[in-house]
Amino acid sequence: MKASDTKQKKIVINPVTRIEGHAKVTIRMDDKGKIDAARMHIVEFRGFERFVRGRLYWEAPTIVQRLCGICPVSHHLCAAKAMDGIIGVDKLTPTAEKMRRLMHYGQTFQSHALHFFHLSSPDLLLGYDADPAIRNVIGIALKYPDLAKQAILMRKYGQEIIKATSGKKIHGTGAVPGGINKSLSNEEIALLKNDIDQMLEWSVQSVDLYKKMYMDDIDRLSNLGSFESNFVSLVRKDGCLDLYDGLLRAKDKDGKIIFDKVRPIDYLKYIREGVRNWSYMKFPFITSLGQEKGWYRVGPLARVNNCDFIDTPIAEKQRQEFMELGKGRPVHSTMAYHWARLIETVHSAEKIKELLDDPDIKGKDLVTAGKRRHESVAIIEAPRGSLFHHYKVDDNDQITMANLIVSTTSNNEPMNQAIRRVAEDHIAGQKKVTEPVLNLVEVAIRAYDPCLSCATHAIGQMPLKVKLVDFRGQVIDEKVRG
Amino acid sequence: MSNGKITIYVDDVEVETEPGKTIMEACDASGIYIPRLCYHKDLIPGGHCRVCTIKVNGKPTNACTFPAQEGLVVENDTDELKEFRRNIIEMLFVEGNHVCPYCEKQGNCELQALAYRLGMIAPTYPYLFPKIEVDASHPDVYIDRNRCVICGRCVRASRDIDGKSVFGFVGRGNDKHIAVNAEHNLSETQLTAADRAADICPTGSIVVKRTAYKVPYGKRMYDQEPIGSDIEKSAKV
Repeated sequence: MKASDTKQKKIVINPVTRIEGHAKVTIRMDDKGKIDAARMHIVEFRGFERFVRGRLYWEAPTIVQRLCGICPVSHHLCAAKAMDGIIGVDKLTPTAEKMRRLMHYGQTFQSHALHFFHLSSPDLLLGYDADPAIRNVIGIALKYPDLAKQAILMRKYGQEIIKATSGKKIHGTGAVPGGINKSLSNEEIALLKNDIDQMLEWSVQSVDLYKKMYMDDIDRLSNLGSFESNFVSLVRKDGCLDLYDGLLRAKDKDGKIIFDKVRPIDYLKYIREGVRNWSYMKFPFITSLGQEKGWYRVGPLARVNNCDFIDTPIAEKQRQEFMELGKGRPVHSTMAYHWARLIETVHSAEKIKELLDDPDIKGKDLVTAGKRRHESVAIIEAPRGSLFHHYKVDDNDQITMANLIVSTTSNNEPMNQAIRRVAEDHIAGQKKVTEPVLNLVEVAIRAYDPCLSCATHAIGQMPLKVKLVDFRGQVIDEKVRG
Repeated sequence: MSNGKITIYVDDVEVETEPGKTIMEACDASGIYIPRLCYHKDLIPGGHCRVCTIKVNGKPTNACTFPAQEGLVVENDTDELKEFRRNIIEMLFVEGNHVCPYCEKQGNCELQALAYRLGMIAPTYPYLFPKIEVDASHPDVYIDRNRCVICGRCVRASRDIDGKSVFGFVGRGNDKHIAVNAEHNLSETQLTAADRAADICPTGSIVVKRTAYKVPYGKRMYDQEPIGSDIEKSAKV
């Protein structure tokens, strides 16, 4: 792009609201109103990969989880899995494996509830063009009080699962290298069992609600911020959806396998990370396809597209219905992410119910050990997508290298694509840009990720400031919100 | 004095003890908790940290070394002294790099527990953020001087209990720190994980490796009751 020799307009959304973290969007148009560039900038720097260096390997699961307050469990468990590898443990005791899985399903359940109800549903239930003053979770509580209460209780339930398995609702210490530090008591199990049927019922109602919403407005929603892409996720050895562990699978836009059954330790042979000079966030891509064509999507849509089946009955039935949207190909719609997300919410509730009936979660054999190694890679399916943790540890037990590819990073290019698509459909050629139209940009981002703190963090208010400027930087139109 | 006993008055409470006992020992036996950090019942008192500062007949001194004498009037649980102790704890926090949220000693750390007991919400002094490397060279024990409060427990335990003198103080003032009796690092010393010096650190500075986070939340030493509760309860029984 040559800003100096074309007459361009630039729209800046800074910061993007109703996400956790700090991001800025810029949309550049040429003098004919055509979209020249649409970008999401991650404008702050974190640095966990650097400051875990020199720390003892068993500290990693407790340190790196502080990347995030929404899905710390994913980082906690992924680092713990990596450290299992460092101490030579390839198989946990049944109690440790099931306690960690329970923690993870609790995490997915609460995070998906938060993502959909608290952060995204105001756009869907109140309208993307509703008054911004009420287009939020308070507006939902006023108009749909029962639904709002349900959303809060669903999140609370997931948090209670996390507390029971890791000791705290946020930033617990349950997973340790080689296992877990506690199992569940009869009292804890009884307490959690009290509400699981209600949670499952609400989860099914949620997916049905969104399904109807989507199908009733399919022309608009299926196109909003949509594009075709590759997909990457873990799947179990037999192709089943697995959020906690498995092997990497990549499919192309037509659903053909790009790679499959890739062990986490081999990820660097298949995935690389590119950088661009306008964002602190990297741009991962499938090595064999190159940076231009190899970018991919992760998260609920990728997982549901990639797996062959789901091993819980209600979620599997929902998956089959969902896949009909693609007519034999993967589903590519950005707004279908929410649908897939709610299918996973159902799956998580079903898995929690199953695990609460499993006597192994009361077991006492918590930790195991093996022969020490110096390098380990673990992958877990965090709520927003595949999360990679790669560590090297020296003979003194100190971490010498850490590489974390978070789901937000993998979805970086896709979010840019979604912004571009919204800009092309709704902003190109417009002389004035309305607030609802700008909100559509954010709606598309939120479908992927309302939580950018893996790559950034912000303190304080998040006002929205938008400027429409010409190529000389002269402000033509300006809107401030928040 | 009668029957070989003496009486001191701690915050207007009569405390009977024996000659030769310190004020700290007298109070412990009577269920009166005086906050302390460098003091440990198995070690010769060092008087380093001053967290146990009391006032004896109106004059500040440290309870761990001051001998009980007939008729002493001791101030302990006063707002003035609590603030004084809290300030000491705050200074210890800002002098090092005490990141409680991930420290493996969390919940079992006496420094953290004192901060809670003394009502420290956050340090009010500026952090110094010293740059300090971890010595993890020993196969079973590591030293993280980021968390060292120069209490000298390790020095006394290694010298007086283990008979090895692995640790010692070097430097003065702000430069004072714990050194090891070796050319380069801890791996060259005679320290073993079974030594008393390896598990007597009140913070997460000297830690036996591979024991982190094994005790879940709720069951750690100070999860249920504040530090000092054991002393206060023992005398009430």
